[in-house]
Amino acid sequence: MFYKLPKFNYYRVTSLDEALKLVNELEDFKVIAGGTDLVMDLKIKRYTPKNIIDISRVKELDYIVDDGDKIRIGALTRLQEIVDSPIIREKAYVLAEAVNQMASWQIRNIATIGGNLCNASPAADTAPPLYVLNAELKLVSIEGERIVPVTKFFHGPRKTELKKNELLAEIIIPVEKDAGASAIKLGRRNAFTLSIVAVATLVKVSDSKFTDVRVALNAVAPTPVRAPSVEKALIGRDVSLEAVEEASKLVVNDIKPISDVRASADYRREMSIVLTRDSLLKSLERIGVKLGGEE
Amino acid sequence: MKVSFTLNGRRVEVDVEPNEILLDVLRFKLGVKSVRRGCERAECGACTVLLDGKPVYSCTVLAPMVDGRTVETVDYLASNGELKPLVEAFVKAGAVQCGFCTPGFLLTAYSLLKRNPQPTVEEVKKAIEGNICRCTGYQKIIEAILLASKLYAEKRSERKEE
Repeated sequence: MFYKLPKFNYYRVTSLDEALKLVNELEDFKVIAGGTDLVMDLKIKRYTPKNIIDISRVKELDYIVDDGDKIRIGALTRLQEIVDSPIIREKAYVLAEAVNQMASWQIRNIATIGGNLCNASPAADTAPPLYVLNAELKLVSIEGERIVPVTKFFHGPRKTELKKNELLAEIIIPVEKDAGASAIKLGRRNAFTLSIVAVATLVKVSDSKFTDVRVALNAVAPTPVRAPSVEKALIGRDVSLEAVEEASKLVVNDIKPISDVRASADYRREMSIVLTRDSLLKSLERIGVKLGGEE
Repeated sequence: MKVSFTLNGRRVEVDVEPNEILLDVLRFKLGVKSVRRGCERAECGACTVLLDGKPVYSCTVLAPMVDGRTVETVDYLASNGELKPLVEAFVKAGAVQCGFCTPGFLLTAYSLLKRNPQPTVEEVKKAIEGNICRCTGYQKIIEAILLASKLYAEKRSERKEE
């Protein structure tokens, strides 16, 4: 037994109501869903909560529903279910594409989308695709519910918009028509790795002009970010390889990378440019616009 | 606290502290030594078990979380014959070197072949990305899984003929 977990009281709930009452009453707690991040954090004593609330059996938060103009995903939906979901693959493919590059099968089988968001790692891999899809999050407490854009959810490393008595219940994704989107992740190896940087982009084109461009990145700032400099530079412009390449360089204005064990800040800046370009080209390809671009 | 679950087809009840992890409970309290302690940080796959039929790492599962659920290890799948073609394939392909990672690989491979009976090389690689072989015998492990896919298919067609 090399790691010894700190002692805690364990509470198991089976309904959202029960969970909301507990988070309202208890002090000093952590919520566990899949546990793949939290149990590691307990092992290394990043957290030493007095109480653990196990919400993994709240079945009412495990669903993927197609409402036509939007998709709703319960916060306790496991990552592999998102990869395998015909609804997500058809209507929000970029999310399945990004999630399929996360962690390993064993982790995707138990880790949840809500857990990835609430853990609020700057390298959260569900964030870039949800950012470019303009997803919204439903936060609930005993007082009621509120909807916040996913881009407002992260306040810093491991800090979120959630109040002490709130839980993330649902991820709401507006369905985009006629948009091309893609997600690319760079790690230290190809499989089962943390992001050095990951990028998602979404584009819409009409009459050979960009009518909408969305770019998001993780692991290059204290939270996942959108890249408005790139977006503004492209919207309204003629679609061309030159435009994409020029605009991608502007991504450095929107990020604040640090050097860590995985990569230096300089490398992250360079790779953010490259991945932004590659992802934009790939997104364009998905709506039938081929600009070539060097491989 | 008491935790009760189905372990390898048998109902077990075990006394645990809430902060115990499934890996330790399996190895130290229930004597299941095929579940290996490797990295202890959800990276190496040596502690893989099937939880409700799906491969997960037992080193990041709190013991109380498996109450009422089903846990399977290679011991069970070997004893009921389900693993036989896979084990044969691992032996034939020379996919076992030191053997420490093997139970984890077998469980992942078994789950893959259940879900996708005829995987491509790429699909095999994708499935086993969460299992590390420190002897680096990946090529033979991949060959073994592809061979097992054929052996399972033969077994299925034999059954049909009978």
